[in-house]
Amino acid sequence: MRLGLRNRSEAPERPAPGSELLTAKDVRLSLGGRELLAGADVRVTAGEVVALLGPNGAGKSTLLSVLAGDLVPSAGEVRLDGRPLADYRPLDLARRRALLPQAAALSFPFPADEVVRMGRAPWAGTTAAEEDERVVAEAMAVTESAAFTGRPFTALSGGERARVALARVLAQRAALLLLDEPTAALDLRHQELVLRLARTRAAAGDGVVVVLHDLSLAAAYADRVVLLADGATVADGPVAEVLRAPLLSEVYGHPVEVLPHPRTGVPLVLPERG
Amino acid sequence: MTATATGGSAATTVRRPGRTTLLTAGLAVALVVCAVLAAGIGAYRIPLGDILASFGHRLGLGGHELDRVPESVLWNVRLPRVVLALLVGGSLGCAGALMQGVFGNPLAEPAVIGVSSGGAVGAVGCIVLGLDALGTWTVTASAFVTGLLTVFAVYAMSRSGGRSEVVTLILTGVAVNAFCGALIGLFLFTADTAAISQVTFWQLGSLSQATWGKVLGVLPFALVGLAVAPRYARSLDLLALGERPARHLGVDVERMRLVLITVVALLTAAAVAVSGIIGFVGLVVPHLLRMLAGPGHRFLLPASALAGALVLVAADLAARTLAEPAELPLGVLTALIGSPFFFWLLRRTRTKQGGWA
Repeated sequence: MRLGLRNRSEAPERPAPGSELLTAKDVRLSLGGRELLAGADVRVTAGEVVALLGPNGAGKSTLLSVLAGDLVPSAGEVRLDGRPLADYRPLDLARRRALLPQAAALSFPFPADEVVRMGRAPWAGTTAAEEDERVVAEAMAVTESAAFTGRPFTALSGGERARVALARVLAQRAALLLLDEPTAALDLRHQELVLRLARTRAAAGDGVVVVLHDLSLAAAYADRVVLLADGATVADGPVAEVLRAPLLSEVYGHPVEVLPHPRTGVPLVLPERG
Repeated sequence: MTATATGGSAATTVRRPGRTTLLTAGLAVALVVCAVLAAGIGAYRIPLGDILASFGHRLGLGGHELDRVPESVLWNVRLPRVVLALLVGGSLGCAGALMQGVFGNPLAEPAVIGVSSGGAVGAVGCIVLGLDALGTWTVTASAFVTGLLTVFAVYAMSRSGGRSEVVTLILTGVAVNAFCGALIGLFLFTADTAAISQVTFWQLGSLSQATWGKVLGVLPFALVGLAVAPRYARSLDLLALGERPARHLGVDVERMRLVLITVVALLTAAAVAVSGIIGFVGLVVPHLLRMLAGPGHRFLLPASALAGALVLVAADLAARTLAEPAELPLGVLTALIGSPFFFWLLRRTRTKQGGWA
């Protein structure tokens, strides 16, 4: 397996729990004369799940693209493991961060397990490659997609594809996981599964950024919430601090109620109806 | 389970290694058999035993020299033609598989980025203007050069901010193809009847002008292309996920695209230059192989080269024997068989997996 790169370097060291993994400071970006990001700040430490919330068009996916290194901000700086993102080569980045895109597409009908195996590509030629088969099998098992082995990815349903795509991203074993609306295509059971997996990875020392629309889901699983509006970070803090009715009502432009769950006390965020 | 994975390559072998290996070996054997048969069959028949004896003699492995006529027919007429068909077919098949992979689109073929039409402009221009600075090589050389220039023009025009988008690239190709078509029309408008018939013949595609010189002309491009292509097999697999996901997995997408488009341009421009326009090999062969043994490029790239060579050697044999003593234009034959076959493939894929994507 060659990537057109003559790189034999070994795996980056896993970040120590609690250490700074990713910082984005005052990120600004304009495309086609429109300001998509106007001062977004995010930081992720190893071992935490950060929920990226905000209304449609707030710039969540754009910010995620900047964090992944796809888009270069016109101002501000993004650092991964203390180094500016622009200093990394594609392969070095691939060993440190993985991104789950909103829609999982595939041009050719590769079998589902081969798609998951693609997640191991950055590790080819390193000692980590010896674990490929085990990592792939494990990623498929935890995403409940092992049954799709041998079936063409293109023949799977939307929810099944989403789980295989997640398995691929998990198999990449990057210390920073960026998940763009991972629950969008999934039923209730699998939504919970995905966020439990995010928690498991955080417990193992990874940093996870997850874009969500379901605020109650964010409240239940995130350590910290970053709230975006009009391309800027308007709040960043623990769930209980950020998910408050007045702030959310203003940002989402719709009256919102926040109630404690009668049994667990975890905030439930509901739009006011009727 | 970990014991089976001794390294990166072992862990990523294709799902059906038995099947892909068998198919590749089968194609190679069929190609050799077909090439030897094609060397013997024609207006002047040469028995198989004589062919092998002559091979043996030339290689110093025993055997004996044939009489003057069969020896000359075999070595100066048949073999250059068979070898040229093999190289052109291999180049077209491999270039087709590369194009489909690079564009993540099963309908892409080298013609999309202007190689064929650009090459045709050079060839037609030479024929119509009566240029012969390089003697018999003039048409071939100018087709090669203009084919390459057109591809790089398309690529340069579709780039902006250090990146090229697939859709922009294809649309630029459409515009440039139309422009080339207009140039060819303009040349034909000013041409005399003799030149027009020569142009028409060139555009139909043929290997009847095969010489060892042309074989040597195509050989370096075919060898370089076929050597470089498999190095990108895994990256092409990853590119099927889309550009961004491929980049997230460490593929330098822009660099790979530039290298592979160059490879496609060299392979196709060289093939078009010596044979004229031969369609459908690059489009149909990779499809068929993907259907038989899956889309993994580690298998698909070499197998497409082998199958392309096999198809073209067989097609050229048919072109020169079906209507003896007349010779059918090779490009017409491949399109005549290729297009209904492609249609059948489309239908079959549709019913089997509900479409392409």
